[in-house]
Amino acid sequence: MKNTIRFGAIAAAGALALAACGTAPEEEPTAAETGGTESEAPVEEVDFKACMVSDQGGFDDASFNQSAYEGLQRAADELGVEIAQAESTAESDYGPNLDAQVAAGCDLIITVGFLLGDATLAAAQANPDVNFAIVDFGYEEPVENIKPLFYETDEAAFLAGYAAASATQTGTLGTFGGINIPTVSIFMDGFLAGANYYNEQNGADVTVLGWDGADGSFTGDFENQANGQNTAQGFLDQGADIVMPVAGPVGLGAAQAVQAAGDAWLIGVDSDWTQSAPDYADVIFTSVLKNIGNSVFDTIEASMTEYTNEPYVGTLENSGVGVADFAEGTVSDEVVSELETIAAAIMNGEIEPSTAG
Amino acid sequence: MSDQQKPRGKGKGKSSGKGAPQREAEATDTESPSGDVREDSATASASSTDATAVEATAPEPEGSGGSTEPASSDEQAPRAQSVLREILESSTLVVIMAILASLAIGGLLIVFADEAVREASAYFFSRPGDTFSAMADALGAAYSAMFQGAVLNVDATTFAGMIKPFTQTLTMATPLIFAGLGLGIGFRAGLFNIGAQGQLLIGATLGAYVGFAWHLPWGIHLIVAVLGCALGGAIWGFIPGFLKARTGAHEVIVTIMLNYIALNLVSWLLTLDTFQREGSDNPITPVVDETAQYPLILGSGFNLHLGFLLALACAWGVWWLMERSTLGFEFRAVGANPHAARTAGMSVSKAYILVMVIAGALAGLAGSAQVLGTEKVLTTATAGSLGFDAITVALLGRSRPLGTVMAAILFGGLRASGPTLQVQAGLPVDIIFVIQALIVLFIAAPPLVRSMFRLPAPAHEKEVAA
Repeated sequence: MKNTIRFGAIAAAGALALAACGTAPEEEPTAAETGGTESEAPVEEVDFKACMVSDQGGFDDASFNQSAYEGLQRAADELGVEIAQAESTAESDYGPNLDAQVAAGCDLIITVGFLLGDATLAAAQANPDVNFAIVDFGYEEPVENIKPLFYETDEAAFLAGYAAASATQTGTLGTFGGINIPTVSIFMDGFLAGANYYNEQNGADVTVLGWDGADGSFTGDFENQANGQNTAQGFLDQGADIVMPVAGPVGLGAAQAVQAAGDAWLIGVDSDWTQSAPDYADVIFTSVLKNIGNSVFDTIEASMTEYTNEPYVGTLENSGVGVADFAEGTVSDEVVSELETIAAAIMNGEIEPSTAG
Repeated sequence: MSDQQKPRGKGKGKSSGKGAPQREAEATDTESPSGDVREDSATASASSTDATAVEATAPEPEGSGGSTEPASSDEQAPRAQSVLREILESSTLVVIMAILASLAIGGLLIVFADEAVREASAYFFSRPGDTFSAMADALGAAYSAMFQGAVLNVDATTFAGMIKPFTQTLTMATPLIFAGLGLGIGFRAGLFNIGAQGQLLIGATLGAYVGFAWHLPWGIHLIVAVLGCALGGAIWGFIPGFLKARTGAHEVIVTIMLNYIALNLVSWLLTLDTFQREGSDNPITPVVDETAQYPLILGSGFNLHLGFLLALACAWGVWWLMERSTLGFEFRAVGANPHAARTAGMSVSKAYILVMVIAGALAGLAGSAQVLGTEKVLTTATAGSLGFDAITVALLGRSRPLGTVMAAILFGGLRASGPTLQVQAGLPVDIIFVIQALIVLFIAAPPLVRSMFRLPAPAHEKEVAA
């Protein structure tokens, strides 16, 4: 046993030493040469600096901070803009982070989440020549240099709700959120409205657990996966066979419960979970997409030429929100074509994708 | 009579429970039979020089045997207290070395997290110079960003711009001073209070509510709001103090649980319309009235607010309380040896409750620095990790007011350098937390630091060894 460890250590040390033996790159010229050549088609450096401040969830929250950050990184890769980011770990970090980015000469500063609303407004008013954008938040009165980014996720959730209602074997669906805040409940509301619409159209009686149009099941945070597992298990015990958790990583706990149950499905949110949570790909019915990354990217791209404070609203129409592919064999072709009709009706305003309307 | 017997029986049970592993230790460990017991009493007597009066009149708790002692909740305390005492007594030199060691290890992380260094190290043997220059660049960028973020912005063109980072450091230090002072009192009284986080949140909640819901005239509003913060924290501190004094419930467990209760309570309150902004369902309170905000002491260009001066005043107040007042003497006596303190006629229960109430009130004032000073709103993120950072601050400051203020300024500086570290040097903010955590680690293990830097052991440990 000891020997194995020793050999292992030697092998590891050897590997490190060998790795360190790599040949040095040619002196400086490479950079200068490739700068102009077309072989690698390097992205042209542009004189634009896009910066981002997270809320206290950090850029690795498997939720909107992360999606927004991916958009920022894509802008660096594809547009060649210079980027900088600052993670906030507490409420008191927002202001200083924004100040530091203003001082660092950022042209566009994107803040993520309603928690940064006040701090962004203060920074925008103090620095009228710097442009801002804020994800998932809007001001009552438009601000000259803040572009709000909204997402009508209920439109996509409506489609998911309709499809789920058509696919359920037990006639029961479930949904729960992390915390009862508008950006979470909008998913649940659209989902419920979609299921209700299915009932109206087809004379069915599918029930949705966990949301009644005003209140419902919430796990209390966006961290504790065990709570997600318990809540989902509760729904499964009550006969639900499709569950939509709207709680970031907490939803992975729900995925565990669903996978263990065997005959149930899960609806992912924000990103396509067959990609972002491949372990559970076999139980993903579909995902309600909220393309924050795309909208951040688009905002940066647009701001490079001309900045506007016009709100960006992600809808089905501009693919700011959407539904991922359905799991094979769950949704009939008939329903798929109905969904297309519904999507069109939502786009032109004939269907209001919420229970309130 | 039967009342008397019951606790005695318990006491015997406990002391024999304690004795058994000791005998085992004697049997197996030939080098230092029952070493920890002797260390206990040795540290106790060495530390409580300022409580000699108590010491002289009181029997040694371990030496006199559990059977003659009245059993109580703090029967198991001395062991835990000796660890605490060990930490509190580490010399200034050890503390400074711990900080340096943490910065150095943090530097290593910075170096290895740096992309340029990793690229250059791939061909280390063919051109080692590249690796070293990349390392130097990474370290230089990181430390200069930290300096510029926390002390002096050398790039700034105006004097105000230059000193702004330091004022930011002081602003960030303010809640840590408050909460650290409160925890320090607890540590010196032998209470390991982990509950600053919850006390801070409840204080902040009450203060913020007074701030945005009541509309009082200028001056009075601020005072009432600040008192609200202190009251909220004091209530949340009273609970574990009372439970400890009356039932012996261990304060560590109770305060940790109360942190969760506080956080969930605030989460729930923030779902109510009373605590939300009009026309919004987001869990964030309205901004507190201007009349309830701490005035900015250096003008609107700086975030430094009156709370900082209040924190310094509290530091002086705590110094006076602990060093000059009878009450403080009782607190220290209880911390040094609760049995002795009781024998000397002090009420240990009263001390525990008062210590927790004062600590809670100070933690609540830390909340005021957030909701009435820098943030002006209450959210679930108001407390951040302040309550836990304050534990480190109190330990680093060896629970003395001056030390706590210095440690808070150090931590405030680390926090204040976060933004520049991220934006200027492109480093993850986690480096700051790693450095903070390393400081805790080194502070908690003084012998480690002493052996790393070959520092001599403090006097009382030599006694034990001899």
